[in-house]
Amino acid sequence: MNPVNTIDFRTKKFRAGSFFFTGLTGLATVLILAILATILTDVVYNGWGTLSWHFVSTIPKKDFFDSKTTGVLPMIIGTASRVFVMTLFVLPIGVITAIYLTEYAPNTSIITRIIRAAVNNLAGVPSIVFGLFGLGFFVNFVGKNLDVLFHHPTAVWGQPAIIWASLTLAVMTMPVVIVATEEALKAVPQGLREASLALGGTKLQTIIKIVLPQALPGILTGGILAVSRAAGEVAPILFTGVAYYMASLPQHLTDQFMDLGYHVFVLSTQSPNIQQTEPILYATVLVLLILTFALNLVAIFIRSNMRRKMRSLH
Amino acid sequence: MAEITLPKISPTELRPLAAGAGAPLIQISDLSLYYGTSKALKNISLSLGEKVVTAFIGPSGCGKSTLLRCLNRMNDLIDNVRIEGSVTIGGHDINGDNVDVIELRKRVGMVFQKSNPFPKSIYENVAYGLRLHGVKDKSEMDGVVEQSLRGAALWDEVKDRLHSSALGLSGGQQQRLCIARAIAIRPEIILMDEPASALDPIATTRIEELILELKKEFTIVIVTHNMQQAARISDYTAFFYIGELIEFDTTTKIFTNPAKRQTEDYVTGRFG
Amino acid sequence: MGIRRGHRAHPGEWLAEKFIFLVSLTAILMVFLIFAFVTREALPLITGEVSSAAVQPVIPVADMDKIPAEKLRIYLELTPSQFATMDHDTKKLLMETKVEGAQDAPDNKDAKINTIEWRYLLFPYQWSGYDKPVYIWQPVSEIKKYNIIPIVIGSIKTTLIALFFAVPLALGAAIYVSQLASPKLKEYIKPAIEMLSGIPSVVAGFFALIFMATVLQKVFGYESRLNAFVAGIALGFAIIPVVFSIAEDALTSVPRNFTQAALALGASRWQAAWQVVLPAALPGVFAAIVLGFGRAIGETMIVLMASGNASIMSGNIFDSARTITATIAAELAEAVFGGDHYRILFLIGALLFLVTFLTNMAGELVMHRLKGKLEGKK
Repeated sequence: MNPVNTIDFRTKKFRAGSFFFTGLTGLATVLILAILATILTDVVYNGWGTLSWHFVSTIPKKDFFDSKTTGVLPMIIGTASRVFVMTLFVLPIGVITAIYLTEYAPNTSIITRIIRAAVNNLAGVPSIVFGLFGLGFFVNFVGKNLDVLFHHPTAVWGQPAIIWASLTLAVMTMPVVIVATEEALKAVPQGLREASLALGGTKLQTIIKIVLPQALPGILTGGILAVSRAAGEVAPILFTGVAYYMASLPQHLTDQFMDLGYHVFVLSTQSPNIQQTEPILYATVLVLLILTFALNLVAIFIRSNMRRKMRSLH
Repeated sequence: MAEITLPKISPTELRPLAAGAGAPLIQISDLSLYYGTSKALKNISLSLGEKVVTAFIGPSGCGKSTLLRCLNRMNDLIDNVRIEGSVTIGGHDINGDNVDVIELRKRVGMVFQKSNPFPKSIYENVAYGLRLHGVKDKSEMDGVVEQSLRGAALWDEVKDRLHSSALGLSGGQQQRLCIARAIAIRPEIILMDEPASALDPIATTRIEELILELKKEFTIVIVTHNMQQAARISDYTAFFYIGELIEFDTTTKIFTNPAKRQTEDYVTGRFG
Repeated sequence: MGIRRGHRAHPGEWLAEKFIFLVSLTAILMVFLIFAFVTREALPLITGEVSSAAVQPVIPVADMDKIPAEKLRIYLELTPSQFATMDHDTKKLLMETKVEGAQDAPDNKDAKINTIEWRYLLFPYQWSGYDKPVYIWQPVSEIKKYNIIPIVIGSIKTTLIALFFAVPLALGAAIYVSQLASPKLKEYIKPAIEMLSGIPSVVAGFFALIFMATVLQKVFGYESRLNAFVAGIALGFAIIPVVFSIAEDALTSVPRNFTQAALALGASRWQAAWQVVLPAALPGVFAAIVLGFGRAIGETMIVLMASGNASIMSGNIFDSARTITATIAAELAEAVFGGDHYRILFLIGALLFLVTFLTNMAGELVMHRLKGKLEGKK
């Protein structure tokens, strides 16, 4: 048998392989961060100069390519309202589904597994397919049948509108809310539930009075992430409610709307003179990014706080 | 290599240490360790001999595992750890600026509390360390793998399924595989962090017998919370309490005639 | 007071539980509805109710009031709102033009072909004026050509470019963040990479169109400014966070004690990551790539804005390309509601849904198995 190993460890050896590959993975990380930094810098650098109070508070004329007079107020309002209406639908449904999955569902039952598979699948459906679905189901089926029901001579519900865009987005963002809420519910220590049950609380009372308040930050995170995801989506609203131009702000759920993301698309691809419209294009992108990123940052902050708290509990 | 016949030992037999055995190999001087601002090890000084078994005992949280992990610098993996004082192995400071931690760990092997074989075959588990050392020759590899498995008293049980997954072994077998994996690279020192705490009594006995056998070649430092185990297998015992070294002496002395009241209370089971 | 068992003690509780259960079925219902209603719009194609032949059987003007309004609308190729606002006489005028049009119908051997039959969708055909059988997607022309192969190839091409670009970067970063970076560094890097997923795809598309296309053209010196390559790289931006977070998750779920065992044997951190952790997490890495593929092939705005949108059959990555998603987004608004073009767009939408559905199932299954395996053998 060989003698035991008495290697001299006093001087550091250079290991070329480890150094090289560690460097390579580090480089990949830096590159990804550089991509992010480049996009943000480009948008902020080119957009900041054009961004003004006038720009965000003006309803543009039909020719919104004119950089002097244009503004994005209707787009901000359109995006905000479709996202707001979406939240009204997606939050309750998403949270209740998550409650079922974490608090009630037997872990091994076939129905639980199907629900989970459906949630995962919903998360992977292409956004354009949601657009087709919104048109085929909400507009052409639900809307048309509502019109028949109410005997509208012309299409009121059976055409693209805020309500249908919002509902389409609600279906799309459901997994975001469900996953975030589930994570938050799982982070609530089991002991709290048992304590409440041991005091004679019913399951429902325990969930409403003990579990949900504890999980609130996580649920909020889910809501915010869903909102920020939906705010930037364009493909699902293409056929379900967005308008190229509207002279007035939307008044009713059945109105069409202008949208920030779609406006970015229009400005980048339909401009008669891209050089001239580039400043307002950058400014519009900046507004959209500020909206989605502000929301994202809040969500990341709440989430990392929550994770830290969770770690200290275990 | 000859078949190992393992000595039968009785649980109560205490093994007196021959005078002069074991020149100091590991020298711990005035070692303190901080997690952030809290001091987990307090000014510990200790010298450990060569080719003997030294046991670290003490109640949970006394710092015995932390001290053990100082000896192969596994504490480097934890954030916010700061060390004062020195640890030398073979006369060389292991915390020096230019120390190669990887080489150090080849010289100071470790067996963990929970058996942790890689999700690979039994053979590959043992061969992994050898590959790290640059062994490429197949027949040399086969030879060392067999020797190591024999050394860990596992050969007869696994020789027919060397290439099946290590995760199919029982808990005790997995732990002996981890020992085989550790001794394959012939470290001078083997650190064992409660190696039998997750095992049933029969598997524990086998590990203990193995440790006594390994002592012939290796220097062993073992952390245990089981006092009978310390008494059965170790030559020297160090007793720790809340980060301090209370007493260090031959195992016989610690268990029959301790100098300190705290040690006596602990080994007689009055607290801990 | 005796102890009462079961739900009778709390009827409200029982009702609430049933309600919660019913709501939780929404997700299943939605997946079903998506499938049902996307295919529903495409169904008449499969059952053969719609014909795209350039020469359609002419409906005599006299029969105008006998046929259902919807059928008339499609016959006249009008949108529902156009149809609703149009008065009877205008429609009659249109009917008459149709009849006249039919008289001087194109003297073309292709005019009677129903181009939405399967063989025209999938296989090459020698249209008049061409010297060999070709694959063509050209829905707006006298003879509507709906061969989907060019746009399928466009989708695959951009997706593969995206994967070649994004997967090495995302995997490298996942290994670095989960295995090599200090925990402190990790706390900053991870949210930053997650932020990349917060960039709306329309912004990534805009960035590719306005900024990247020019830069890349200068670097590589290719001809058309917008092409599969530009779109693929920008698409890569969108899937980096997806691949990264799944791979990182898989790598992190490999128990720490494997790493410790390797390090204690004298492995460097890189060796432990590469030789021990990565092989154990390999199925998860595979799942990450599969899900990244699903995400890339379904992405719309980026390819719509950056790919150039020419549906040409070409293996060259620097040629312009048109994807399935971009085709739907660009053409649906102009397609006659309920017409053959409209339905065929739903058909390729359903195809897309099916593809992503399958990749998702596969990815999730692999990930689920992996976690079960890693957790089971603690």
